Amino acid sequence: MKAWKEKFMQGVFFIAACTSVLAVALICVFLFANGIPAMKEIGFMEFLTGERWKPTNEIFGILPMIMGSIYVTAGAIILGVPIGILTSVFMAKYCPKKIYPVLKGATELLAGIPSVVYGFFGLVVLVPLIRDICQKFHWGGNGSSILTASILLGMMILPTIIGVTESAIRSVPAHYYEGALALGATHERSIFSVVLPAAKSGVVAGIVLGIGRAIGETMAVIMVAGNQARMPAGIVRGVRTLTANIVLEMGYAAGLHREALIATAVVLFVFILLINLSVSLLNRRAQHE
Amino acid sequence: MGKISVKNLDLYYGDFKALKNINMEIEANKITAFIGPSGCGKSTLLKSINRMNDLVEGCRIDGQILLDQEDIYGRMDVNLLRKRVGMVFQKPNPFPMSIYDNIAFGPRTHGIHSKAKLDDIVEKSLRQAAIWEETKDRLKKSALGMSGGQQQRLCIARALAVQPEVLLMDEPTSALDPISTSKIEDLAMELKKDYTIVMVTHNMQQAVRVSDNTAFFLLGEMIEYNNTEKLFSIPSDKRTEDYITGRFG
Amino acid sequence: MNKQTIGQKLRAYRRRPGSLILMLLVMLSAVATFAVLLFLIAYILIKGLPHLTPDLFALKYTSENASLMPALLNTIGMTALSLVIAVPLGIFAAIFLVEYAKRGNKFVEIIRLTTETLSGIPSIVYGLFGLLFFVTTLGWGYSLLAGAFTLAIMILPLIIRTTEEALKSVPDSFREGSFGLGAGKLRTVFCVVLPSAVPGILAGVILAVGRIVGETAALIYTAGTVPAVPKSVMGSGRTLAVHMYNLSSEGLYMDQAYATAVVLLVLVVGINCLSGYIAKKITKGNGNGEN
Repeated sequence: MKAWKEKFMQGVFFIAACTSVLAVALICVFLFANGIPAMKEIGFMEFLTGERWKPTNEIFGILPMIMGSIYVTAGAIILGVPIGILTSVFMAKYCPKKIYPVLKGATELLAGIPSVVYGFFGLVVLVPLIRDICQKFHWGGNGSSILTASILLGMMILPTIIGVTESAIRSVPAHYYEGALALGATHERSIFSVVLPAAKSGVVAGIVLGIGRAIGETMAVIMVAGNQARMPAGIVRGVRTLTANIVLEMGYAAGLHREALIATAVVLFVFILLINLSVSLLNRRAQHE
Repeated sequence: MGKISVKNLDLYYGDFKALKNINMEIEANKITAFIGPSGCGKSTLLKSINRMNDLVEGCRIDGQILLDQEDIYGRMDVNLLRKRVGMVFQKPNPFPMSIYDNIAFGPRTHGIHSKAKLDDIVEKSLRQAAIWEETKDRLKKSALGMSGGQQQRLCIARALAVQPEVLLMDEPTSALDPISTSKIEDLAMELKKDYTIVMVTHNMQQAVRVSDNTAFFLLGEMIEYNNTEKLFSIPSDKRTEDYITGRFG
Repeated sequence: MNKQTIGQKLRAYRRRPGSLILMLLVMLSAVATFAVLLFLIAYILIKGLPHLTPDLFALKYTSENASLMPALLNTIGMTALSLVIAVPLGIFAAIFLVEYAKRGNKFVEIIRLTTETLSGIPSIVYGLFGLLFFVTTLGWGYSLLAGAFTLAIMILPLIIRTTEEALKSVPDSFREGSFGLGAGKLRTVFCVVLPSAVPGILAGVILAVGRIVGETAALIYTAGTVPAVPKSVMGSGRTLAVHMYNLSSEGLYMDQAYATAVVLLVLVVGINCLSGYIAKKITKGNGNGEN
């Protein structure tokens, strides 16, 4: 009786553990089964490199959205990475012990704020701000732009980068830092020329995770990026990302249009898989070092 | 007058008094050994000489340490102090970069960027640390691939590259095998021609072999400080005698 | 006096402009990061608090009051439903990985890899999958149930990971003690290991609640956007975050959107604090346990 129960529960645990395998398998099957045929019908090259997205005319080229995602993500990285890394240096090497728990809590809060709230903040604060600036300098645009989305996403990836980089910095053995100090290097030089390079793998993993977050972000981007389905025309002009494309049109799409949207998700999914893969490779390398 | 003078030095870690009224003169171009059981304060005193104790939370100092008659806790720039007073740690701690970059780190820190000058310094330092022959063909390789003894000599070379006046060695051989240990000891005796060396050691044989003067510490006090030969042959304090004959272990 | 005085530091920095610039950049970045957070919270509170009227909490949504009450109730229901699905699965999976799986087993590697993959997938992809699988293929339509299953898959990796950590931090001596008394593996896991891991698991569950409350993209096309409490789990209903998105994209109810943002923020901040509080308790508990 007892042995039977043990065996039974072990089976239950095993099946539970298989859920995530099953989930990934199902996600892959459903996305690819619905997306790949559409890509074939449209033509792989036309789909991936077509510069026009006109569902009403059955023209489905998602290059504008791919470029949109890349531009917005790159912008977020350019703004978020330096600030994130420098802030994590502050957290690990400058922050007085007394205020550390408060600031640590603040970065966790930054990660916990829902993306709609970020999006709303962008909509009511950043968009008007960028619009006013652009009007002043006659750059055109209505405030919803690559720049706006980049700033907002830059804010949103900060907690990811800070968290990963800080723990990477903390895991660098103290004797590297002390060795540099003992040679007469300043606090800054010891950190930036010895500690930070030693934490390189962890820092890069943080950046890549940040890229993953930025490229996958949906709601916040929709609310500030303008969403025009055309090739990016400048950083103060609107743009549509892959994620936005799906949300905006899935509600009413049918037939090939609907499948083309699913194919858009396939492209996004492949991007994310590549990013995941590089993160786990980086982590493995960090462990070996 | 010594190279380094310690005057009425008290050191506290929070409420704990780790060093009690230390007074000593450390002579130039000699090897001075600090001996004593663990926790006696010898490493603490060593780290006070280049202010590495600044890193310890709640560490406080009364009294003075003078380097060439200048108070190192006064107006002196800490980074320049540490350039003048180099340090070799208990565990070899090469940076995770190439051998060349390890040696060049110090000079670069202090403003030397010319390739020719750096090449020159790297070679000279490695030669001084008696490790040039072993490393000259792999200067661009990571320093982490070297053996423990080589790493420690590399760290000595790295300390020499900033042209210090004093070299502090905190149990530099405790993590090494006997052969590497004797190489480091030979090196120390060679180096004292140009540098003032202060060495903390657990190993009394080592103190006898290499040092000119020895100070014996116990529970934060300096019990006896004398010429090494005298200290070990006719100790003037009962506690020193107990320690060197092995009663404290 | 052992620490460098401020005067000494200033002199040192004056001599080394490179270090000074780096230090200033570090300070500036830290200030920027935390100022952004403060500004965001303060802005939304100041703009939103005055609009937190009783109207907003009316039981029924009308186009006049834009009440968030139905959405709030839906959020609670959605959270409960998702947790009921994901928490047992996640805990059981973690038990398998920590207590039963053999080290270096190929299959365990695959489970870990897929769990890692799941945690990186963007929520819109989950939403689309939920639409294709639960809503269309299984024929559930836009419903709380479809939304809850979608969210359950989304939070699964989080639950598995935190439970794994919690189980791993239970000292082996506990297990040995239990085995020593003749208890079986199952009894050891449920009566000894799991209870001591509860705080860690709880902290993970609360984090998951935070994600559910804030999620939008995965829900729009699975649970739908009906602004009312459905009669059953097979009905469609919007959660607070979806409500918030609809209000702000319609642009007609900006005041109410601000107020809704306040409620969302307060919820998320509360959840965060709770999780942090529990995590702190754990580290204290562990300190005693290990020494």
